[in-house]
Amino acid sequence: MPPSVRVQNLGKQYTIGGTDSAYSTLRDALVEVTKAPLSRFKRNGASAKAEKIFWALRDITFDVEQGEILGVIGRNGAGKSTLLKVLSRITEPTTGRVELYGRVGSLLEVGTGFHPELTGRENIRLNGAILGMRRDEIEKKFDEIVAFAEIEKFLDTPVKRYSSGMYVRLAFAVAAHLESEILIVDEVLAVGDTQFQKKCLGKMGDVARDGRTVLVVSHNLGVVGALCTKAIYLADGMLRAEGPPDEIINCYLSETLENKVHDLERLRFSGMGKQVRFLDLSMANTENNVDYGEPLEFVLTIQSDADLQALTIGSTIFNMTGTSIGSLITREEFSIAAGEQLVLRLRVSNLPLAPGSYYCGFSIGSGGRLAVRSDLDALIGAPTFQVLPISTNDEDDPLINWHRGWGNIVFNETCLTVEKPHLDHANK
Amino acid sequence: MTANEHSLHERPFPDRALVVIQPSKSTTLDFAELWQYRELLYFLTWRDVKVRYKQTALGAAWAILQPLFMMGIFTLFFGRLAGFDTGGVPYPLFALAGLVPWTFFANAISMSGNSMVGSTHLISKVYFPRILIPAGAIAACLVDLGLSALVLAAALALYHVAPTTHLLMLPFLVLLTSTLAFGVGAWLSALNVKYRDVRFLLPFLIQLWFFASCVIVPSNALPAKWRGFIMLNPMTGVIEAYRSSLFGLPFHWASLGFATLVTIGVLIYSTYAFRRMEKHFADMI
Repeated sequence: MPPSVRVQNLGKQYTIGGTDSAYSTLRDALVEVTKAPLSRFKRNGASAKAEKIFWALRDITFDVEQGEILGVIGRNGAGKSTLLKVLSRITEPTTGRVELYGRVGSLLEVGTGFHPELTGRENIRLNGAILGMRRDEIEKKFDEIVAFAEIEKFLDTPVKRYSSGMYVRLAFAVAAHLESEILIVDEVLAVGDTQFQKKCLGKMGDVARDGRTVLVVSHNLGVVGALCTKAIYLADGMLRAEGPPDEIINCYLSETLENKVHDLERLRFSGMGKQVRFLDLSMANTENNVDYGEPLEFVLTIQSDADLQALTIGSTIFNMTGTSIGSLITREEFSIAAGEQLVLRLRVSNLPLAPGSYYCGFSIGSGGRLAVRSDLDALIGAPTFQVLPISTNDEDDPLINWHRGWGNIVFNETCLTVEKPHLDHANK
Repeated sequence: MTANEHSLHERPFPDRALVVIQPSKSTTLDFAELWQYRELLYFLTWRDVKVRYKQTALGAAWAILQPLFMMGIFTLFFGRLAGFDTGGVPYPLFALAGLVPWTFFANAISMSGNSMVGSTHLISKVYFPRILIPAGAIAACLVDLGLSALVLAAALALYHVAPTTHLLMLPFLVLLTSTLAFGVGAWLSALNVKYRDVRFLLPFLIQLWFFASCVIVPSNALPAKWRGFIMLNPMTGVIEAYRSSLFGLPFHWASLGFATLVTIGVLIYSTYAFRRMEKHFADMI
């Protein structure tokens, strides 16, 4: 199958602090010209300006085949949004070339161009036109859009009176009915209620089955894993890895773990960690891979500047959509002396976590378990671990095909009994 | 990388539209693309018209009231004060005939000049030829002009001014005014993205231009030494031509021709400047 999107050596450069990055005032420009009339010509030379140049994207090359759903993952600032902006032609690349075969529909935001004063009906037409639909195309799909958004009753109400849920549903409905060969989507699934999100995911799957191509940027690794047929991982504006989604997600997660010490500061809540702080959060499980049912073993290194007693550890586990799965506060209390460093081992057993990726949050609290506990240090985002669908118990076979829509907990101890209705009851 | 190699040989989907994205140097308008997006121009115009008078008690009546109020004010001050040579036309009618096209021109410049900055959410999220934004603003003002033209027609009937063949020039004059407004507005709108000062300068510019355009005073009332200077302003010739057309007075062809040339020049420069700045809109706005 030939590629329908071809990206070759794509690069995008921004100048930080220069006149390009922020809008300036006429006065600034005049002052600059009068102060140094020659600076305009000097700018092209390789002077001290070099440090202000920033490559948001560098040498990106990849293909997307027809019918594929490509997931783009990476941290904040890795260049994901810039890539979508270039592919959507919102901003021009500095180097390289992109070829898009077919009509391109891009959806970088839900409800682009919606006007609050206009009614739902009017906004469907306006938004459709902005997204590049022809007028007859909009009229043809009109009823379908309204039905998909479930807003029949409010069609003639200005959208400023809509609830945010209705607004998002309508906006996505318009975009989802765009008949383009290539669809570019950014993070739109982060909004709306879960039921509608599911509907949107289904719609995007349909789009790809129709032989159209989808490019989606998401922080939600679960969505990327479930929906995409291929993924690319961007880091510092460069293409770090390209391949099957599961492999790429693993690569992303393991790299996120590598520079952990450096990261703790970023993960820490502001104002926390003054007296006592986590120095390192890691896991004793090999490569942070946990077989299903295996206990989680955390190794926490903490350091204190003060003598503290009756400390406890709190922990919350999150799934990759950011939903907390559950929490604990240790029963055991511990003390630490000023200047002391402690290594704590925390073991969590019998946790029926379904196969998937998770991350943790940790806190050090004082005040005992039952009294009012206050956090002395708190951070969210590390460590990250994976539960693998490998079980020592043969009966746990649904694990192999665990669907993300089933949630994060495997209900193990279940019991089904069969009761036959009483005969005399049935005769009546 | 291997997958990329066959790009040298053939196009995979010959029946599909091909979009190529690469750094461009082009500063001319892509007319084929503009034609493709013509429906968007219609919708942007329609949106501006629909939204402009929402939540106003008088609604679209404002399009009529604006020039009427101004006519009232100027008639009060100038009508009796100085005996202008208006070619036999009653002063209120004379003023209205200037004010209707002028109000259109002023609103068009102001709306289009602020249109890009007002469309930040569109520019940073979706692609389309940006020039449609100021163009839509101008088109929406044309709808207002249509409404205020009704008032003008009523006033002409009231004063028993019979239409002459000179009225045939009217469509050309409207085209000329719109084009000039578009040229100025598009350039200002692009400049506004980079220098927000434009927003504050615009009202003064329009005010100044108003007094330099002989909207409420005939150009023959000015001292002779100023007259040549004032004719450098294309709008002077255009406003006078509107009056000639409406009242059946002789046209001043030289000044109208000059205004046309200036308009074409402004249009060419402005689209060039707009295209040059367009690439950086999304990064700057």
